[in-house]
Amino acid sequence: MTLDQMSPQTLVQIVAVNGKGLLRRRLLEMGLTPHTFVKIRKVAPMGDPIEVYLRSYVLTLRKEDASLIEVKVVEHD
Amino acid sequence: MIKKIALIGNQNCGKTTLFNALTGSSQHVGNFPGVTVEQKTGFIKKHKDELELIDLPGIYSLSPYTSEEIVSIRYLLEEKPCLIINIIDATNMERNLYLTTQLLELNIPMILVLNMMDEVIVSGNSIDIDGLKERLEMDIVPISASKNEGIEDVINAIEKNLNQSAHHIDICHGVVHKAIHSISHIVEQSAQSLHLPLRYCVTKIIEGDDDMYDKLHIDQGDRHIIEHILEKMEEEAGTDREAALVDMRYSFIEDVCQHTVFIESETKEQIRSEKIDRLLTHKYLGIPIFILIMLFIFYLTFSLIGAPLQDLMDMLIGQFSDWVIHLLETNGVAYWLRSLVGDGILAGVGSVLSFLPVIVILFFFLSMLEDSGYMARVAFVMDKALRKIGLSGRSFVPMLIGFGCSVPAIMATRTLSSDRDRKMTIILTPFMSCSAKLPIYGMIIAAFFPHKAPLVMLTIYCIGILVAIISAILLKNTIFIGEPVPFVLELPAYRIPTLKNVYLNVLDKAKDFIHKAFTIIFMASIVIWFLQSFNFTFDFVSDSSQSILAAIGSFVSPVFAPLGFNDWRASTALMTGITAKESVVSTLTVLTQSSSTVAFNQALAGIFTPLSAFTFLVFTVLYMPCVAAFAATRRELHSWIQAVLTVLFQTGMAYLVAFLIYQIGHLFI
Repeated sequence: MTLDQMSPQTLVQIVAVNGKGLLRRRLLEMGLTPHTFVKIRKVAPMGDPIEVYLRSYVLTLRKEDASLIEVKVVEHD
Repeated sequence: MIKKIALIGNQNCGKTTLFNALTGSSQHVGNFPGVTVEQKTGFIKKHKDELELIDLPGIYSLSPYTSEEIVSIRYLLEEKPCLIINIIDATNMERNLYLTTQLLELNIPMILVLNMMDEVIVSGNSIDIDGLKERLEMDIVPISASKNEGIEDVINAIEKNLNQSAHHIDICHGVVHKAIHSISHIVEQSAQSLHLPLRYCVTKIIEGDDDMYDKLHIDQGDRHIIEHILEKMEEEAGTDREAALVDMRYSFIEDVCQHTVFIESETKEQIRSEKIDRLLTHKYLGIPIFILIMLFIFYLTFSLIGAPLQDLMDMLIGQFSDWVIHLLETNGVAYWLRSLVGDGILAGVGSVLSFLPVIVILFFFLSMLEDSGYMARVAFVMDKALRKIGLSGRSFVPMLIGFGCSVPAIMATRTLSSDRDRKMTIILTPFMSCSAKLPIYGMIIAAFFPHKAPLVMLTIYCIGILVAIISAILLKNTIFIGEPVPFVLELPAYRIPTLKNVYLNVLDKAKDFIHKAFTIIFMASIVIWFLQSFNFTFDFVSDSSQSILAAIGSFVSPVFAPLGFNDWRASTALMTGITAKESVVSTLTVLTQSSSTVAFNQALAGIFTPLSAFTFLVFTVLYMPCVAAFAATRRELHSWIQAVLTVLFQTGMAYLVAFLIYQIGHLFI
């Protein structure tokens, strides 16, 4: 499963971050590292990007980029 | 000797507020060499001409990808400031400390400033400052910059750490640790001889930075050894080198935070933000609310507050001009000189200066939106619409302002975080039909399409937007080819903007604008006046149809034949339109010697057919913006060549589109 497929209010844990280059580095550097807990909060009005909560802050990223992040579900709300 | 101190931190951590608090009014705004990244410097209070503070761009990491990151790392390595002040958002320690772990590698003395401590404490959370100090082995200063609390402590810490040598903890552990130390031995000597911080060089190599290999002159044999070390490290870590390194930094941070940062709940600001966002980024209401907010700001700026102030400004400038002219007259100054001062300089500079109230009001609201955290939400809401043309949601606001006036729109691109997006937005913004072009539409519509006004207006605006979209796609696939900066954006908690920040930002924009009016626009006014007032034998002409400008108009006019209007008056009007778009109307009025509206409409019917009148409109919407906008373009791109290329591109697009419309339209009419 990947982060973009998750519905709002789901708590997930990152399993792996795929992709390459600048994008992958940026995702990792923003704290989206394996084992991190991420809560999906919202989807933008036009259906993309998504809003997530991790490491006590709020981040937005595009679904296309979120699809590089493999996750496992911890909790459904 | 002036000592340099670098201020660095993530975006949205209150860096600008701290910078303003530390430097007061001694700020100087410039650009980092060669890029469009703004550089602010100022002297630290009580240390004028001694301690200079350099505000580095707000960045999340030192990876050399975006121009902001590149200038920051280059500054830190080459200018070697004697101290780094690393400001971090205390409500968001983990991610903010990531940059800190990279800064630790640079071998420069550093102090850590924890901002927004008030929010941490009020929310019932706490940070063990002493524990943090012990673990990070550097001075930690808790502050609340927006409340001006702790600023003195920062200055004291600066004074204390100024002449200290860098002493940094070793954060590495695990399998990466082994690799770092093995590689250190290999590159130590060459890093030393190049005066580069060793740890920084090593992590760059681990991250796969080829430039670092070349810089350190690492030979083929050593490269093989390093590669072998890294492969072994990857095998043991069970992940690739890049991820292993980021992971090592974050596990160090997690360990530090686990022992020093005690979070009971989200901060009050975060909880409040989530509630506000239920409305502002609501699935159905988000976009309408955004449009309403922008309409309201536009209404206040261009109508309710801006228009009377602009009229007042116009009146004051007019009275000042009259006074000056009268003074010149009574002193018997030659007519041509009076004309130069009155019709040339005062009229030209004055017409641009009258936009000052609009600029001030608009930037007041934009600073409020930016500082409150709403701009990040706009990017979130609008991103999908803009990404198809290779831009991100952040470009939306400047483009929208472009419908009011290109000058503040181009100036507003400075808030964009990527150099590429910023340049593209600067090029595309003038295609949004600005309000100064309205008189031109009014003129043509009254003469040719009196019963189809709404349709013509709508078509004109749509053509502008459409051309911007086509141009964006064109640029994306040619000049701005390559990977755009990823859209991975923090949505900061909503905060009430501090008046001081807003005031300084507005002041900055106003100064910038006035500077432009008295330099480039001053020059342009003189040139246009000269061309309009003299003939080729340099005799002063009272009839502008005898002027050099009219002659040039006649000369270039055949160029417009394929667009349907081969008339020297039309081409002359287009040229004077470069000073200000309204001039197109006044020039045509003067050159057709029309005394009434009816006469003017008849005269226009002699110049244009309905089809060519329409292509003339299309051309005016798209061709190069006015001198003020050109000056803003040059200033923001920081390059004359790029600015000239930009207006050539815009004029080229204008010609092409008008040509196509006329030629295709001609087949049907």
